[in-house]
Amino acid sequence: MSKLQQQLDAGQFVVTAEIAPPKGSDPSEALAKARSFSGVTAINVTDNQGANMRMSPLALAALLVRQGQEPVLQLTCRDRNRLALQSDLLGAAALGVENLLILSGDHARFGDHPEAKSVFDLDSVQLLQAVEGLTLGQDLAGRSLEVAPRFCCGAAVSPSAEPFELMFQKFAKKVEAGAGFFQTQAVFDPPALERFMAAARPLGVPVLLGVLLVKSARMARFLNQHIPGVQVPEPLVERLEQAADPLDEGVAIARDMVAQARSLCQGVHLMTLGHEERIPEILHQTG
Amino acid sequence: MIISKQKDRQELLAALEGRDRIFLVGCAACATACKSGGEEEVFQLQEWLGGQGKEVTGSVVIDEACHIMRAARDLRQHYAQIEEAQALLVLACGAGIQSVSGSTDRLVIGGVNSLFLGNVRRFGQYEEKCSLCGECILNETAGICPVTNCAKGLLNGPCGGMEEGRCEADRDSECAWVQIYERLKTQGRQGVFARTVAPKNWAKGGKPGKHKLK
Repeated sequence: MSKLQQQLDAGQFVVTAEIAPPKGSDPSEALAKARSFSGVTAINVTDNQGANMRMSPLALAALLVRQGQEPVLQLTCRDRNRLALQSDLLGAAALGVENLLILSGDHARFGDHPEAKSVFDLDSVQLLQAVEGLTLGQDLAGRSLEVAPRFCCGAAVSPSAEPFELMFQKFAKKVEAGAGFFQTQAVFDPPALERFMAAARPLGVPVLLGVLLVKSARMARFLNQHIPGVQVPEPLVERLEQAADPLDEGVAIARDMVAQARSLCQGVHLMTLGHEERIPEILHQTG
Repeated sequence: MIISKQKDRQELLAALEGRDRIFLVGCAACATACKSGGEEEVFQLQEWLGGQGKEVTGSVVIDEACHIMRAARDLRQHYAQIEEAQALLVLACGAGIQSVSGSTDRLVIGGVNSLFLGNVRRFGQYEEKCSLCGECILNETAGICPVTNCAKGLLNGPCGGMEEGRCEADRDSECAWVQIYERLKTQGRQGVFARTVAPKNWAKGGKPGKHKLK
């Protein structure tokens, strides 16, 4: 059983972070970055994030396993049909990858191969069902597997998306389809988080709050304009604008959100975007 | 209606290279309505070909070029002109082009690109609402097709890219799932939200397709 699964089961406050595979064939830098993470239970490996072509996350996740770290393999519906997805899942299990994060994936239009055909043969709910089926020894065609894989399988949610009920019904479908934990899109708005957690809590699935380190007011504005589901409230943008050291201010904001997560959620998913050295500070408990 | 658009003239010229005598085929149905292959466009193309030093041996606008037998019959009536030509240039959708290519041994060159099954807002303004997928769930989605209108063709609700009711892939478009949600709510129905939709059976599209409907 993965450490992530054990900690979730034990009700411990879980910390995950993420790395992106390299745009090239040398994994050493990404692996070194992963080694520099401290206080992190598992490390997400992104899957052609933003539809930008990079090294296979399955390969990098397996390399993380080899260096003794625990990956969360992100798997998007954008790039593969149901054969390739299930095939990769069996391969992941064989390589010792136990944790998954199932995603629809950003549309290919945004990435560096905008002319690619987006696949979406399955959607994220259906892929969660497929994962569950595999763990029960059956593929999507109803055929038996020789040996069933074991996974700790999670999904994503955008707690502040509107309309709330529409977002929430998808969340509930993911729970029903077997999502064992959730990592959220970055949230900066405590009331939105409280509203979501109040509705989500009865479903009994652990939620790791997405905490994004915002380095500057410029970055905050970029997020607001270009990243769906992420809204940095104006007072925070102003705080960043007026700060003597915006990065320090970003760390402080992230710490505040971690504190929120400690009272409302079951863990945090940290997105530190190159400032992994600040993780201990972001996690440091105050008061 | 099948929406189609003429290929650009440079591309056509390249396809016609080395062929100086051309027979033109148009379609009186969709291509006429799209102004990509009706009488008028056939005439314009004839003029243009003349200007390129090509000879047009004759032309025909088939009632519905997709109708295989009708296309064959209309082409037979122009047998001599087609014999004289080195190529047939067809201004019809992909279906029409293939009715023609199936009816002659002559080289057939398509002059248009077929785009989609379109609803007509007004002439020149079309909307794609149906993908002909063979497994229709419109009855559960308040008559709005997510296979076509969701950029990702998702079947169980919106993706994480939905923002303020807008689509991740095109901020100018409404998220199809928000539209479905709102219309179902107006109708007081749960519709597709009452169940998890299973993976799509793409085999129902039946490609390559020969269909006999009973």
